[in-house]
Amino acid sequence: MLQDLSQYILDIAENSLKARASSVEIEVNEDTRENVLRLRVSDNGVGLDSEQLSMVENPFFTTRTERRVGLGIPFLRQAADTCDGSFGIRSAKGRGTVIEASFRRDCIDCPPLGDIPATIMTLMVGWPERSFLFRFRFNDDIFETGTEELLQILEDRELLASAEVALWISRYMEQGIYNLRTGGNEGFEEDYQP
Amino acid sequence: MKKITSLEDLRRIKEQSKDLTSARSGGKTRIIVGMGTCGIAAGAREVMTVILQELDRRGLKDVAVETTGCIGMCQKEPLVDVIRPGELRTTYGDVGPADVPRIIVEHIVNGNIVEDKVVGQTD
Repeated sequence: MLQDLSQYILDIAENSLKARASSVEIEVNEDTRENVLRLRVSDNGVGLDSEQLSMVENPFFTTRTERRVGLGIPFLRQAADTCDGSFGIRSAKGRGTVIEASFRRDCIDCPPLGDIPATIMTLMVGWPERSFLFRFRFNDDIFETGTEELLQILEDRELLASAEVALWISRYMEQGIYNLRTGGNEGFEEDYQP
Repeated sequence: MKKITSLEDLRRIKEQSKDLTSARSGGKTRIIVGMGTCGIAAGAREVMTVILQELDRRGLKDVAVETTGCIGMCQKEPLVDVIRPGELRTTYGDVGPADVPRIIVEHIVNGNIVEDKVVGQTD
Protein backbone atom coordinates (compact mmCIF):
# COMPACT_ATOMS: atom_id res chain seq x y z
CA MET A 1 0.00 0.00 0.00
CA LEU A 2 1.05 3.57 -0.54
CA GLN A 3 0.89 6.14 2.21
CA ASP A 4 -1.60 8.66 0.97
CA LEU A 5 -3.79 9.79 -1.89
CA SER A 6 -1.10 12.01 -3.39
CA GLN A 7 1.20 9.00 -3.81
CA TYR A 8 -1.57 7.03 -5.54
CA ILE A 9 -2.12 9.95 -7.90
CA LEU A 10 1.58 10.08 -8.75
CA ASP A 11 1.72 6.34 -9.33
CA ILE A 12 -1.40 6.22 -11.54
CA ALA A 13 -0.33 9.30 -13.51
CA GLU A 14 3.10 7.74 -14.14
CA ASN A 15 1.22 4.85 -15.80
CA SER A 16 -0.50 7.37 -18.08
CA LEU A 17 2.85 8.85 -19.07
CA LYS A 18 4.35 5.46 -19.77
CA ALA A 19 1.30 4.91 -21.98
CA ARG A 20 2.59 7.92 -23.97
CA ALA A 21 -0.22 10.28 -22.97
CA SER A 22 0.44 13.85 -24.11
CA SER A 23 -2.19 15.12 -21.72
CA VAL A 24 -3.20 13.94 -18.25
CA GLU A 25 -6.09 15.31 -16.24
CA ILE A 26 -6.14 14.80 -12.49
CA GLU A 27 -9.16 15.60 -10.38
CA VAL A 28 -9.63 15.32 -6.64
CA ASN A 29 -13.16 15.85 -5.43
CA GLU A 30 -13.75 16.24 -1.74
CA ASP A 31 -17.42 16.34 -0.85
CA THR A 32 -18.05 16.86 2.84
CA ARG A 33 -21.85 16.75 2.42
CA GLU A 34 -21.83 13.37 0.73
CA ASN A 35 -18.89 12.33 2.91
CA VAL A 36 -16.91 11.10 -0.04
CA LEU A 37 -13.49 11.64 -1.53
CA ARG A 38 -13.17 10.96 -5.24
CA LEU A 39 -10.10 10.68 -7.41
CA ARG A 40 -10.02 10.64 -11.19
CA VAL A 41 -7.04 10.36 -13.52
CA SER A 42 -7.73 10.43 -17.24
CA ASP A 43 -5.30 10.41 -20.12
CA ASN A 44 -5.09 10.27 -23.90
CA GLY A 45 -2.44 7.54 -23.92
CA VAL A 46 -2.35 4.32 -25.94
CA GLY A 47 -5.07 2.70 -23.82
CA LEU A 48 -5.56 -0.94 -22.98
CA ASP A 49 -7.29 -3.63 -25.00
CA SER A 50 -10.03 -5.71 -23.38
CA GLU A 51 -7.64 -8.51 -22.48
CA GLN A 52 -5.21 -6.16 -20.74
CA LEU A 53 -8.13 -4.41 -19.08
CA SER A 54 -9.34 -7.67 -17.57
CA MET A 55 -5.85 -8.36 -16.22
CA VAL A 56 -4.94 -4.97 -14.88
CA GLU A 57 -6.18 -5.54 -11.34
CA ASN A 58 -4.19 -8.74 -11.08
CA PRO A 59 -0.96 -8.02 -9.18
CA PHE A 60 0.87 -10.60 -11.27
CA PHE A 61 0.12 -8.75 -14.47
CA THR A 62 2.48 -6.07 -15.69
CA THR A 63 3.65 -4.92 -19.10
CA ARG A 64 7.12 -4.17 -17.82
CA THR A 65 9.99 -6.59 -18.03
CA GLU A 66 12.10 -5.34 -15.12
CA ARG A 67 9.95 -7.12 -12.57
CA ARG A 68 7.05 -9.54 -12.62
CA VAL A 69 4.50 -7.81 -10.42
CA GLY A 70 2.42 -4.68 -10.92
CA LEU A 71 1.07 -3.40 -7.65
CA GLY A 72 -0.05 0.17 -8.37
CA ILE A 73 -3.63 -0.48 -9.46
CA PRO A 74 -4.26 -3.38 -7.04
CA PHE A 75 -3.04 -1.08 -4.23
CA LEU A 76 -5.47 1.67 -5.19
CA ARG A 77 -8.35 -0.74 -5.59
CA GLN A 78 -7.66 -2.30 -2.20
CA ALA A 79 -7.46 1.13 -0.54
CA ALA A 80 -10.83 2.11 -2.03
CA ASP A 81 -12.43 -1.21 -1.08
CA THR A 82 -11.21 -0.83 2.49
CA CYS A 83 -13.06 2.49 2.73
CA ASP A 84 -16.48 1.50 1.40
CA GLY A 85 -15.45 3.12 -1.86
CA SER A 86 -15.40 2.09 -5.46
CA PHE A 87 -12.82 1.61 -8.14
CA GLY A 88 -13.26 1.72 -11.87
CA ILE A 89 -11.13 1.70 -14.97
CA ARG A 90 -12.29 2.42 -18.51
CA SER A 91 -10.02 2.31 -21.49
CA ALA A 92 -10.04 1.99 -25.24
CA LYS A 93 -7.07 1.08 -27.39
CA GLY A 94 -5.72 4.20 -29.02
CA ARG A 95 -8.07 6.50 -27.10
CA GLY A 96 -6.86 6.65 -23.52
CA THR A 97 -7.70 5.51 -20.03
CA VAL A 98 -9.80 6.81 -17.15
CA ILE A 99 -9.27 5.59 -13.61
CA GLU A 100 -11.64 6.53 -10.82
CA ALA A 101 -11.58 5.67 -7.16
CA SER A 102 -13.70 6.83 -4.28
CA PHE A 103 -13.39 6.61 -0.52
CA ARG A 104 -15.74 7.21 2.39
CA ARG A 105 -14.19 10.37 3.80
CA ASP A 106 -14.54 9.63 7.49
CA CYS A 107 -13.46 6.01 7.17
CA ILE A 108 -10.62 5.34 9.59
CA ASP A 109 -8.59 3.78 6.77
CA CYS A 110 -9.24 6.58 4.30
CA PRO A 111 -5.84 7.65 3.02
CA PRO A 112 -4.97 11.25 3.91
CA LEU A 113 -4.67 13.63 0.96
CA GLY A 114 -0.91 13.86 1.46
CA ASP A 115 1.26 16.31 -0.42
CA ILE A 116 -0.71 16.74 -3.63
CA PRO A 117 1.30 19.80 -4.75
CA ALA A 118 4.52 17.75 -4.52
CA THR A 119 2.92 15.10 -6.72
CA ILE A 120 1.91 17.56 -9.43
CA MET A 121 5.30 19.29 -9.21
CA THR A 122 7.09 15.94 -9.57
CA LEU A 123 5.03 15.12 -12.66
CA MET A 124 5.75 18.50 -14.25
CA VAL A 125 9.49 18.29 -13.54
CA GLY A 126 9.73 14.71 -14.77
CA TRP A 127 7.62 15.24 -17.88
CA PRO A 128 7.87 18.90 -18.90
CA GLU A 129 6.97 18.10 -22.49
CA ARG A 130 3.58 16.63 -21.48
CA SER A 131 0.55 18.59 -20.31
CA PHE A 132 -1.15 18.26 -16.95
CA LEU A 133 -4.42 19.70 -15.79
CA PHE A 134 -5.06 19.55 -12.07
CA ARG A 135 -8.43 20.28 -10.53
CA PHE A 136 -9.42 20.18 -6.87
CA ARG A 137 -13.11 20.36 -6.09
CA PHE A 138 -14.23 21.04 -2.56
CA ASN A 139 -18.02 20.87 -2.39
CA ASP A 140 -19.09 23.61 -4.85
CA ASP A 141 -15.71 25.32 -5.21
CA ILE A 142 -12.87 24.61 -7.60
CA PHE A 143 -9.14 25.27 -7.70
CA GLU A 144 -7.62 24.49 -11.05
CA THR A 145 -4.22 24.93 -12.62
CA GLY A 146 -2.10 23.21 -15.18
CA THR A 147 0.74 23.20 -17.63
CA GLU A 148 -1.07 25.30 -20.23
CA GLU A 149 -1.95 28.05 -17.76
CA LEU A 150 1.62 28.16 -16.44
CA LEU A 151 3.05 28.19 -19.95
CA GLN A 152 1.11 31.34 -20.77
CA ILE A 153 3.55 33.01 -18.41
CA LEU A 154 6.63 30.80 -18.72
CA GLU A 155 6.38 30.27 -22.49
CA ASP A 156 9.23 27.76 -22.33
CA ARG A 157 8.43 24.19 -21.24
CA GLU A 158 11.97 23.68 -20.03
CA LEU A 159 11.38 26.23 -17.29
CA LEU A 160 8.82 23.85 -15.77
CA ALA A 161 11.70 21.58 -14.78
CA SER A 162 13.82 24.27 -13.15
CA ALA A 163 14.04 24.01 -9.38
CA GLU A 164 12.92 27.55 -8.70
CA VAL A 165 9.83 27.33 -10.90
CA ALA A 166 8.95 23.84 -9.68
CA LEU A 167 9.04 24.91 -6.05
CA TRP A 168 6.94 27.96 -6.89
CA ILE A 169 4.35 25.73 -8.58
CA SER A 170 4.21 23.50 -5.51
CA ARG A 171 3.68 26.48 -3.23
CA TYR A 172 1.09 28.01 -5.54
CA MET A 173 -0.93 24.81 -5.46
CA GLU A 174 -0.44 24.41 -1.72
CA GLN A 175 -2.00 27.81 -1.23
CA GLY A 176 -4.78 27.21 -3.76
CA ILE A 177 -5.84 23.97 -2.09
CA TYR A 178 -5.55 25.51 1.36
CA ASN A 179 -7.74 28.45 0.39
CA LEU A 180 -10.27 26.17 -1.22
CA ARG A 181 -10.57 23.89 1.79
CA THR A 182 -10.68 26.67 4.37
CA GLY A 183 -12.69 29.23 2.37
CA GLY A 184 -10.09 31.98 2.48
CA ASN A 185 -6.38 32.67 2.67
CA GLU A 186 -6.17 34.60 5.93
CA GLY A 187 -4.35 31.93 7.87
CA PHE A 188 -2.26 30.54 5.08
CA GLU A 189 1.14 31.84 6.14
CA GLU A 190 0.57 30.88 9.77
CA ASP A 191 -0.60 27.36 9.02
CA TYR A 192 1.64 26.70 6.08
CA GLN A 193 4.09 23.86 6.69
CA PRO A 194 6.48 23.49 3.77
CA MET B 1 4.57 38.77 6.50
CA LYS B 2 5.42 36.88 3.33
CA LYS B 3 3.56 37.70 0.18
CA ILE B 4 0.77 35.46 -0.95
CA THR B 5 1.79 33.51 -4.02
CA SER B 6 0.28 34.72 -7.24
CA LEU B 7 0.84 34.16 -10.93
CA GLU B 8 2.54 37.57 -10.96
CA ASP B 9 5.33 36.06 -8.85
CA LEU B 10 5.85 33.44 -11.53
CA ARG B 11 6.15 36.17 -14.13
CA ARG B 12 8.83 37.79 -11.96
CA ILE B 13 10.74 34.51 -11.62
CA LYS B 14 10.66 34.13 -15.38
CA GLU B 15 11.85 37.70 -15.98
CA GLN B 16 14.66 37.39 -13.43
CA SER B 17 15.83 34.04 -14.67
CA LYS B 18 16.83 34.65 -18.24
CA ASP B 19 19.91 32.64 -17.37
CA LEU B 20 17.86 29.79 -15.90
CA THR B 21 18.21 27.64 -18.97
CA SER B 22 21.30 29.26 -20.42
CA ALA B 23 23.41 26.21 -19.74
CA ARG B 24 20.96 23.86 -21.42
CA SER B 25 23.10 23.07 -24.42
CA GLY B 26 26.46 22.69 -22.73
CA GLY B 27 27.11 19.73 -20.42
CA LYS B 28 24.53 19.73 -17.70
CA THR B 29 24.83 17.43 -14.72
CA ARG B 30 21.81 15.12 -14.58
CA ILE B 31 20.07 13.78 -11.49
CA ILE B 32 17.59 10.97 -12.17
CA VAL B 33 15.13 9.83 -9.50
CA GLY B 34 13.32 6.47 -9.77
CA MET B 35 9.59 7.18 -9.70
CA GLY B 36 8.02 3.74 -10.18
CA THR B 37 5.53 2.35 -7.67
CA CYS B 38 8.46 0.95 -5.69
CA GLY B 39 10.26 4.29 -5.64
CA ILE B 40 7.14 6.21 -4.66
CA ALA B 41 6.40 3.77 -1.84
CA ALA B 42 9.96 4.15 -0.55
CA GLY B 43 9.78 7.96 -0.49
CA ALA B 44 11.24 8.99 -3.87
CA ARG B 45 8.96 12.01 -4.19
CA GLU B 46 10.19 13.46 -0.89
CA VAL B 47 13.77 12.90 -2.05
CA MET B 48 12.96 14.67 -5.32
CA THR B 49 11.48 17.63 -3.42
CA VAL B 50 14.58 17.97 -1.24
CA ILE B 51 16.81 17.77 -4.33
CA LEU B 52 14.92 20.68 -5.90
CA GLN B 53 15.10 22.65 -2.64
CA GLU B 54 18.84 22.10 -2.32
CA LEU B 55 19.51 23.06 -5.95
CA ASP B 56 17.39 26.18 -5.54
CA ARG B 57 19.01 27.11 -2.24
CA ARG B 58 22.51 26.76 -3.65
CA GLY B 59 21.63 28.41 -6.95
CA LEU B 60 22.77 25.40 -8.97
CA LYS B 61 21.07 26.11 -12.28
CA ASP B 62 23.09 23.86 -14.56
CA VAL B 63 21.67 20.67 -13.07
CA ALA B 64 18.77 18.86 -14.74
CA VAL B 65 16.43 16.83 -12.54
CA GLU B 66 14.64 13.96 -14.25
CA THR B 67 12.54 10.97 -13.25
CA THR B 68 12.49 7.40 -14.51
CA GLY B 69 10.42 4.28 -13.92
CA CYS B 70 11.32 1.09 -12.10
CA ILE B 71 14.67 -0.37 -13.14
CA GLY B 72 14.24 -3.65 -11.27
CA MET B 73 16.17 -2.84 -8.10
CA CYS B 74 13.04 -2.17 -6.05
CA GLN B 75 14.67 -3.25 -2.77
CA LYS B 76 17.23 -0.44 -3.09
CA GLU B 77 14.70 2.36 -3.68
CA PRO B 78 14.75 5.30 -3.52
CA LEU B 79 17.35 5.19 -6.28
CA VAL B 80 19.06 8.36 -7.45
CA ASP B 81 21.47 8.48 -10.39
CA VAL B 82 24.01 11.24 -10.86
CA ILE B 83 25.69 11.82 -14.20
CA ARG B 84 28.29 14.56 -14.43
CA PRO B 85 29.29 15.49 -17.98
CA GLY B 86 31.89 13.07 -19.29
CA GLU B 87 31.80 10.86 -16.18
CA LEU B 88 30.27 7.48 -15.36
CA ARG B 89 26.65 7.18 -14.26
CA THR B 90 26.64 6.66 -10.50
CA THR B 91 23.61 4.99 -8.94
CA TYR B 92 22.89 5.72 -5.28
CA GLY B 93 20.51 3.43 -3.38
CA ASP B 94 18.38 3.71 -0.26
CA VAL B 95 18.60 7.49 -0.53
CA GLY B 96 16.75 9.44 2.14
CA PRO B 97 16.09 13.19 2.26
CA ALA B 98 18.99 13.51 4.75
CA ASP B 99 21.45 12.07 2.19
CA VAL B 100 20.57 14.64 -0.46
CA PRO B 101 22.68 17.63 0.71
CA ARG B 102 25.72 15.34 0.96
CA ILE B 103 25.26 13.98 -2.56
CA ILE B 104 24.76 17.46 -3.95
CA VAL B 105 27.71 19.08 -2.18
CA GLU B 106 30.19 16.23 -2.40
CA HIS B 107 29.35 14.73 -5.77
CA ILE B 108 27.61 17.36 -7.86
CA VAL B 109 29.56 20.39 -6.66
CA ASN B 110 32.92 18.86 -5.72
CA GLY B 111 32.98 15.76 -7.93
CA ASN B 112 33.60 13.24 -5.15
CA ILE B 113 31.41 10.15 -5.04
CA VAL B 114 29.55 9.47 -1.78
CA GLU B 115 30.89 5.93 -1.39
CA ASP B 116 28.62 4.59 1.34
CA LYS B 117 25.47 5.14 -0.75
CA VAL B 118 26.72 3.80 -4.08
CA VAL B 119 24.97 0.81 -5.61
CA GLY B 120 26.94 0.79 -8.84
CA GLN B 121 28.47 2.67 -11.71
CA THR B 122 27.78 2.26 -15.43
CA ASP B 123 28.64 3.97 -18.70
